[in-house]
Amino acid sequence: MSVVLETRDLAKRFGGLLATHDVTFRLERGARQALIGPNGAGKTTFVNLLTGVLPPSAGQVLLLGEDITRLRPEARVRRGLVRTFQINQLFGDLTPLETLALVVDERLALGGDWRRRVGAVDAVSAEVEQVAERFGLLDVLDRRTDTLPYGKQRLLEIAAAFACAPQVLLLDEPAAGVPEAERRDILDAIAALPEDVSVLLIEHDMDLVFSFARRISVLVDGGLLVEGEPAAIAADPRVRTVYLGESRDG
Amino acid sequence: MGAARGLARRASWRWPEIVFWLVAFGALLMPAGKYLILNEIAILALFALSLDLILGYAGIVSLGHAAFFGAGAYTAGLLAKHVTGDPLAGLALAMAVATLLGFLTTFLVLRGSDLTRLMVTLGVALVLGELANALPHISGGADGLQGVVMGKLLGRFEFDLFGRTAYAYSLTTLFVLMLLARRIVHSPFGLSLMAIRRNALRAGALGVPVHVRLIAAYTLAAAYAGAAGALLAQTTAFVSLDVFEFHRSADVLLVLIIGGAGWLYGGIAGAVIYKLLQDGIATVTPQYWQFWIGLLLVAFVMVGRQRFVGGLYGLLALARRR
Amino acid sequence: MATILFDGVAYGMLLFVLACGLAVTLGLMNFVNLAHGAFAMAGGYVTVILMDRWGVPFLACLPAAFVAAAALGFVLERTLYLHMYGRSHLDQVLFSIGLVFMAVTAVDWAMGSSQQNIKLPAWLQGRRDVFGMQVGIYRSFIIVICGALALGLQLALTHSRFGSRLRAAVDDARVARGLGIPVSTVFAVTFAVGSGLAGLGGALGTEILGLDPNFPLRFMIYFLIVVTVGGTSGIVGPFVASLLLGVADVAGKYYVPALGAFMVYLVMIAVLVLRPHGLFARPR
Repeated sequence: MSVVLETRDLAKRFGGLLATHDVTFRLERGARQALIGPNGAGKTTFVNLLTGVLPPSAGQVLLLGEDITRLRPEARVRRGLVRTFQINQLFGDLTPLETLALVVDERLALGGDWRRRVGAVDAVSAEVEQVAERFGLLDVLDRRTDTLPYGKQRLLEIAAAFACAPQVLLLDEPAAGVPEAERRDILDAIAALPEDVSVLLIEHDMDLVFSFARRISVLVDGGLLVEGEPAAIAADPRVRTVYLGESRDG
Repeated sequence: MGAARGLARRASWRWPEIVFWLVAFGALLMPAGKYLILNEIAILALFALSLDLILGYAGIVSLGHAAFFGAGAYTAGLLAKHVTGDPLAGLALAMAVATLLGFLTTFLVLRGSDLTRLMVTLGVALVLGELANALPHISGGADGLQGVVMGKLLGRFEFDLFGRTAYAYSLTTLFVLMLLARRIVHSPFGLSLMAIRRNALRAGALGVPVHVRLIAAYTLAAAYAGAAGALLAQTTAFVSLDVFEFHRSADVLLVLIIGGAGWLYGGIAGAVIYKLLQDGIATVTPQYWQFWIGLLLVAFVMVGRQRFVGGLYGLLALARRR
Repeated sequence: MATILFDGVAYGMLLFVLACGLAVTLGLMNFVNLAHGAFAMAGGYVTVILMDRWGVPFLACLPAAFVAAAALGFVLERTLYLHMYGRSHLDQVLFSIGLVFMAVTAVDWAMGSSQQNIKLPAWLQGRRDVFGMQVGIYRSFIIVICGALALGLQLALTHSRFGSRLRAAVDDARVARGLGIPVSTVFAVTFAVGSGLAGLGGALGTEILGLDPNFPLRFMIYFLIVVTVGGTSGIVGPFVASLLLGVADVAGKYYVPALGAFMVYLVMIAVLVLRPHGLFARPR
């Protein structure tokens, strides 16, 4: 099927506040889609609803046709829905090597093994190296994550999500806070993601959005304002109004 | 392969470890040494190791870890009193009982918030203490469990007055369980625990079944604590209600924190330091030494480990100069 | 049966006064203070000393207990607790356990380890027959005092300026600071008042709960249950939780004496199974 991720009338209430507002959203296979919107539009809440961190007040989430609304986050990851976090949520004193080994082991259902040493399975070590190479982390594999330059940490964040072998990848502001010099690596890594992985990018950085996305969804006050191709979105007067007063870089 | 080698290095034996075990076992060769206190240290170290598994590796704070210690102690004592004095049978049964108890309590402990967890872990230990108190015909009540007679270890070694067999027994048990713990900690399971401790949300978002792993870790830790309790019961041939008391849970927490949680040897290091401190302070103020322990704890937490240990060294140096 | 209920309510009200300071401290500063019981103990011992050594009448001791405990709380908060805000819960737990140990042994050394008794004034002793049930005078007194305190606290929280500042600071300390609310002062005053209330509770409770150096440890679980069950977003929750606990404990000990001591823990387990985040948890 061509729709990999879908929501139907998804809503979330926090007390009196309606953070997500009857959102019906579709992500196609192989998509390069971006979700944009002003600050406070509810983008991260939406991602939390998609991944199961927050239970919705109403509506459904469907992954590959299956209703996953009631599933815990771990179960969604196993079905192929993976996200990265806007604020780094890596394991500070573990090394990238350990982090990636962890993810690969879990994916191969070896995570519960208490007898074998981590790294004893060749297939796992090989894959860890491959992923590290793809994301330019080979040279920092053995260092504590919290000693790495921020750009490398963000790359690890994406690499870890990628190591889950996702069908759908949700990238929550991957380049946020990364110094100019290191942004290129992140943009390249995202651009080099395999075609069969469907990617939803949540971003403020319009340069990144317009160079990456083939389709853009605009979220305002918890509801989808408009969706379409980049050129159409850029020209849409409603979108301009919403962003009036905001600089191009969000 | 770079990755494989890098990962292999995590689990390798470091020479200080090897030296430590050689020294620990070497003490057995010395003529009538301080076996009684060494035995106490070994038991305390095992108890602290068990807490390390949940606190240092899974990040669960427990105020009632003595629940499992006490369960193991009473199981071993009761078995020796009523059925058989074979130490290893008692040890095995104690661990089994503690494991079951640990597993059952995960349904309460792993719910709710941090605060709830503190309350529940405290409550479970208190319940068991009340239970033991309410059944004096089984537990011996306030007088303690009398009539515990231990048989020979492995059919050959008598538990002697000097405590040599006791120390050998406790040390070997500690060593074997430490080997197992090492293996577990360096396995994918252990790695997932470390991830959970640091950031359970992220671990879940990467596919780690957080809840299942925590249940396993907690149950394992209970088994280890039960073993420590059994050792105490067997090597002292006595069990009293204080095995469930709050101060036991608090003391083991202190021991682990002193030695450092999360590197497996913190329990041993902490146990050595704690016992030496306790001995030292108790000779000066036998009745109120808990005050100084409390003070040390406050100072330790406020000042941080490095400055604390540095301060200790400074004080020791001062004392020596006098 | 009505007497049981009555006694349970009295016990519960007393628990409330003892524990509400902890609930507010936890909700406000996110600080797990296991040494809370030590302030209650301080109030109790101050009362004992004033009554025994200086013949101060019981009623006069109550405000003295409050003031002494509040002063102690204020001093400790400004000197020690201050440095522990923002530290992990584990550190706070260790810190407060250390304080408890110090308090318990210090009191043991100073006052001995035996139970302390106070002689209640004659007009508070005995029972009266009210509507056919036996009602203890002292327990009635406790219900009145604690009830008034609870009411006063709730009014202060909802209707006073300090109360609204406190509630703002509980909701979001950073925003509150940004609005010019002196959060640090609010913390200090709240901690002092909470400790003072605990001290008052300790003084009132000497007759009913007993007083010995182990008081803070014996009652630690009760306070924790009240706060966990009742939640920390107000004082209504802890109030209801305390009553529930008080009645359950008294009724349990009377009707099912074999299980009596376990009533408290059974309540704890029941609540956890049904509502893991407490009866009055804030909605997500």
